[in-house]
Amino acid sequence: MVEMVNRPYASAFEKFAAGNPDILCMSADLTSSCEIDGFRDRHPDQFLSLGMAEQNMMSFAGGLGLAGFRPFIHTFGVFMYRRPYDQLMASVAYPRRKVRLMGFLPGVTTPGGMTHQSIEDISVMRSIPNMTILETGDATEVESICEAADSIDGPVWCRVLRGTVPRLFDTPIKVGEMRELSTGDDILVVTAGICTEEALRARSALAKAGLSIRHLHLHTIKPFDHNALLDHIGSVKSGVITLENHVTEGGIGSLVAETMADAGVGKRLIRLGLKDTYAHGGSRGYLMRYYGLDALALVRGIEDLVGAQFGISESDLDAARVDDIHSLAKAEAL
Amino acid sequence: MRNEKTTEDVALGIRRRVFEHSIRNNGGYLSQACSSAEQLAWLYNEELNLGDPTLPMIPKPFEGVPSPDNPDYHTGAGYNGPAAPEFDRLFIAPAHYALVAYATLIEVGRMAPEGLEMFNKDGSSVEMIGAEHSPGMEVHNGTLGIGLSTAAGLAWGRRRRGEPGRTWVFMSDGEVQEGQTWEAVQACAHHGVEVKAIMDVNDQQCDGAMSSVMEVGDIKTKFENFGATCIEIDGHDLSAMRDAAVENHADKPLIILSRTSPFHTMPILEERFPRLHYVRFKSEDERARFNVSIAKDLGVDPVDYVH
Repeated sequence: MVEMVNRPYASAFEKFAAGNPDILCMSADLTSSCEIDGFRDRHPDQFLSLGMAEQNMMSFAGGLGLAGFRPFIHTFGVFMYRRPYDQLMASVAYPRRKVRLMGFLPGVTTPGGMTHQSIEDISVMRSIPNMTILETGDATEVESICEAADSIDGPVWCRVLRGTVPRLFDTPIKVGEMRELSTGDDILVVTAGICTEEALRARSALAKAGLSIRHLHLHTIKPFDHNALLDHIGSVKSGVITLENHVTEGGIGSLVAETMADAGVGKRLIRLGLKDTYAHGGSRGYLMRYYGLDALALVRGIEDLVGAQFGISESDLDAARVDDIHSLAKAEAL
Repeated sequence: MRNEKTTEDVALGIRRRVFEHSIRNNGGYLSQACSSAEQLAWLYNEELNLGDPTLPMIPKPFEGVPSPDNPDYHTGAGYNGPAAPEFDRLFIAPAHYALVAYATLIEVGRMAPEGLEMFNKDGSSVEMIGAEHSPGMEVHNGTLGIGLSTAAGLAWGRRRRGEPGRTWVFMSDGEVQEGQTWEAVQACAHHGVEVKAIMDVNDQQCDGAMSSVMEVGDIKTKFENFGATCIEIDGHDLSAMRDAAVENHADKPLIILSRTSPFHTMPILEERFPRLHYVRFKSEDERARFNVSIAKDLGVDPVDYVH
């Protein structure tokens, strides 16, 4: 049974930031929702409440960066790039300010619907010069995201998981690398974020079906080691499949597609994720099933890739983790 | 740096340079020189405590944008001196005032006159809309409304670090139509940020008179209600400016509203009302008439330009 960690960001951020006068904790009225309420209460001198005013917050953070501070901005991911995109560009990204953008509720991890679900943020951030992109897929990565982000000489976009988070890995994020979770030679599976847990759920059923899976987990999306990916693609016979908690345009599916096209790789690629659609509000498990982001969707994609049916059904997959929407580990039901 | 001229002379010099440039180039940001010359002259010649320039008098060409592959990148802030704790900082929030700002740098001896000849030329750092790398600029402010927020963040940070230098912003009144301006003022009030702003209230914007584009009402009361100390002055009256700058604004931002005329010292510009944002001459005849009229107003000979 996988270990579940309660509010890993809360303790990790406090441990990392407390007592470092150059690090400031900024919040836009989602302080407990981003698990920094304890930090606010215990370290008020390092905490700045900017209210529901993200445009000012972004440029203000740029000014703090100019004064030599390294602000960690906390809010839901959507609120950090959709409304203040201009300020993100001009005040943070262009001048390479060391602003750490901690975006909570990536993709369908919230029942808040379209306004709360950042489904295209990776696509947006990948197209912003000077931006680094990190994504957390488990509690260990959440625990190491602050240190990883703060090692970057420039702005960093982070997709951060909150609440109850499974521990899948035992080593911290090493920026620029990728995790090899299995080294088979039939199919390459590339996942990031919460979709990695889904791929792990399908692992034993796929093995029983006789498939040799090579599985990569990406925590660093930009910059990206294209050559390492190409080596992995070269090690499999059949093709590549990506699964992401994001639209398939501009995310890791596109990243893999671009890498293959640039190198002239002639293998098949299937990209799973949100297919040119918004999501709606619902539980994470429901949304991942409805939009084809879960372990079963991955199995069906692999069947398509190899042109065979394996007769794998939901009952053959490792137990799904069912989050309680009304968990005490979250500030609200979002 | 020692003041070599009176502030009145600096303001006149700014207008003469912008006038000459605009006649030679068949257009320019003339009305901004009319409305703001006293404010920029006063900031650079009197109010700001700046160190000597750290960049060459003749600006270097464009040397690339910020990137990990451009380690020697620097902004144009060096024309305002070093970013030392004791010195003041200035942001030109409406970056389309760049022509006026560059003319100011020349008048106060911080840039060579050759700098203005590079204005808006391909490969030059003296850009039409002031860029981060343009002389006197420290950030990109071409997107209106972000300047005050940036200055507020810097001012908060400098206070936290115990730096005595002040943070000033030169603003334009069109920026009050942007919500971010009000977000910035409320944040300054909430956090006691003592940033200082002087705003050129010339009642003009790109489409024309502000009252016809988007009425903004009583902005002095609005600024006060959002938590600023706000003083309204005649923006062509230097003694009023001096008085406003010493206003006590403990734990609040100071906003000086400089009410100005977009035709001040160049009355012929009124012919172009209400489209004053960028004056491009419609005919050689108009260009010639403006040349003679404004030259007379500014006490110089008409510009001998190439027809």
